[in-house]
Amino acid sequence: MVGFRSLKALVLGAGLVAGLGVQAPALAAGGEIHLPDTRFSFDGLFGHFDRASAQRGFQVYKEVCSSCHGMHQLSYRNLRDLGLSENEVAGIAATVQVMDGPNDEGQFVERAGRASDRFHAPFPNEKAARAANNGAYPPDLSVIAKAREGGADYLHALLVGYEEPPAGMQLGAGMHYNKYFPGHQIAMPAPLNSDGQVEFHDGTKSTIDQMARDVSQFLTWAAEPELEQRKAMGVKIILFLTVLGGLAYAVKRKVWADVH
Amino acid sequence: MSIGLHKSDFANPVIRWVDSRLPIFTMMQKEYGTFPTPRNFNYFWNFGALAMINLLIMIATGIFLAMNYTAHTGMAFDSVERIMRDVNYGWLLRYAHANGASMFFIVVYIHIFRGLYYGSYKAPRELLWMLGVVIFLLMMATAFMGYVLPWGQMSFWGATVITNLFSAFPLVGETIVTWLWGGFSVDNPTLNRFYSLHYLMPFVIFGVVFLHVAALHITGSNNPLGIDPKGPQDTLPFHPYYTAKDSVGIVAYLAVFALIVFFFPNALGHPDNYIPANPLVTPPHIVPEWYFLPFYAILRAVPDKLGGVLMMFGSIAILFVLPWLDTSPVRSMRFRPLARPFFAVWVVSFFVLLWCGGKPAEEPYVTISRVAAAYYFLYFLVILPLLGRLERPLPLPESISLPVLRGGGPLPAGAMSKPMEKA
Repeated sequence: MVGFRSLKALVLGAGLVAGLGVQAPALAAGGEIHLPDTRFSFDGLFGHFDRASAQRGFQVYKEVCSSCHGMHQLSYRNLRDLGLSENEVAGIAATVQVMDGPNDEGQFVERAGRASDRFHAPFPNEKAARAANNGAYPPDLSVIAKAREGGADYLHALLVGYEEPPAGMQLGAGMHYNKYFPGHQIAMPAPLNSDGQVEFHDGTKSTIDQMARDVSQFLTWAAEPELEQRKAMGVKIILFLTVLGGLAYAVKRKVWADVH
Repeated sequence: MSIGLHKSDFANPVIRWVDSRLPIFTMMQKEYGTFPTPRNFNYFWNFGALAMINLLIMIATGIFLAMNYTAHTGMAFDSVERIMRDVNYGWLLRYAHANGASMFFIVVYIHIFRGLYYGSYKAPRELLWMLGVVIFLLMMATAFMGYVLPWGQMSFWGATVITNLFSAFPLVGETIVTWLWGGFSVDNPTLNRFYSLHYLMPFVIFGVVFLHVAALHITGSNNPLGIDPKGPQDTLPFHPYYTAKDSVGIVAYLAVFALIVFFFPNALGHPDNYIPANPLVTPPHIVPEWYFLPFYAILRAVPDKLGGVLMMFGSIAILFVLPWLDTSPVRSMRFRPLARPFFAVWVVSFFVLLWCGGKPAEEPYVTISRVAAAYYFLYFLVILPLLGRLERPLPLPESISLPVLRGGGPLPAGAMSKPMEKA
């Protein structure tokens, strides 16, 4: 059956090539952009979140990003997953004012935020957001790590990728040059623009790279809060299936022993 | 036919009581217990059972997802994210369901490949094969509508592109599209009807699968040698031999499935589908799910819209008449030295189309798609019909239990003039 074996190899090879081709980033058309590999703690089969980094990342989000970007899928209570205590979460939630109602008198009233509230939105609607941002709409960041080719690596690269445009390149009005953004022209000005912009409580030096790493860690947690549970369960299930597969194969051999 | 109780042989009195009134136990015993099955199956014969398991997984996860999903343009995206975050094991249900669709197509493509290589579509299994093609079409429709439900950018724009294909038909095209949409663009009525149909279709598939299996149990299974069993020495009872062998396949399948669901759950999807649908922003490349890419490439290979649509549907419709296009009486390609390389090139052309479908519609991909699409059709329409006349098949073994004919032994009497005992 030499013919069949070579056919199998051919088909397998073609399948692999096609499979890899499908995975090629959609960015390809805008010129090949190579993202630096940031090696996050959540990569790999046993990946987990670096809680300290994600907490710092939340601080970066709160003090920098949240002035333009909402995260409406998240509630303050979710922050407990990052190791914040119930009191800390309540304190963070209480810093925002939430319009609630109607109450028994039919009135809408402002009250301090609670842990059960969704993250406070910076703008009441998309039109207001565009009006305040030169016509550009700062996207919601709840699932941004899943919504961009390259995920956290891309987010980190984008935040450190601002530089002067190459000579001869004409930027549009109000646009900024970013070497990792598809097309290189981005409406968002460099959000992380100086070392020490955010003061971390744990003493970590807040370089631009560090802040970008931390906020990418935070945004990945926000997009995939199930990641740790998922990977831990996956390891157990693969181990279980390996054992079960061995048993199933042994049974099959035993059953077939008399006919081979 | 005598009226009265069915004569049941079961020892357990409760089972016997039921069985003599409704002989489902006798039927199960006949169809899945003692059912005579060729003894020489290889692991390619696992994939029918795997497809069945996969269908059940899709229905089971889908029912629980439906309990938590909201089919409304303003709420669908957030309801899916809520499943991922706040529903107990919702992430597992959704990732299993989304990747289960990919697994389903992997399994079914291998199942179809096996049928093509071993000639399982030939007499007397033509209707069995055609029912399989019906299942494949229903699967494609179901998967397409399912991908629309999360209401992300690719959901919306995929739905727009694919439904618009029907506008290519003269006279009735526009009417069909309006009818599909329930309006004049892809909008809330579209999402609602797709949700309803997406829930309905798997049960239709289930019905056709029943017919597919029923037809299989009339003709019996094909086998790697493509010759008919000549007696009990060529077959084994389905249980325990093939229940044991299928179990091995099922565990291997689950391991691959688990690897994707737990470690690469978004690798087969498109990141743009995590951006909520926006009718005002067209994504730079609209690509369907990977399992549609070969057909998408055929669609785009034709410069004319209607021509492209016809070619795309034709690439699947042609499978219905395959039993009559392939004129060779020899089923298994093990004994078809010429057909084998031509088929290998066909498989490569399928993967090339898959690859081209994911690329932008520009050179060199357009030319490559055209060459691959041309061969795809050439294989069915010209090569297979001619080969049956031109090819000199290898001598067929006398029987499944005596398959060894190494070193070009003497031809069995009449092998050339009458390659199969029973066509």
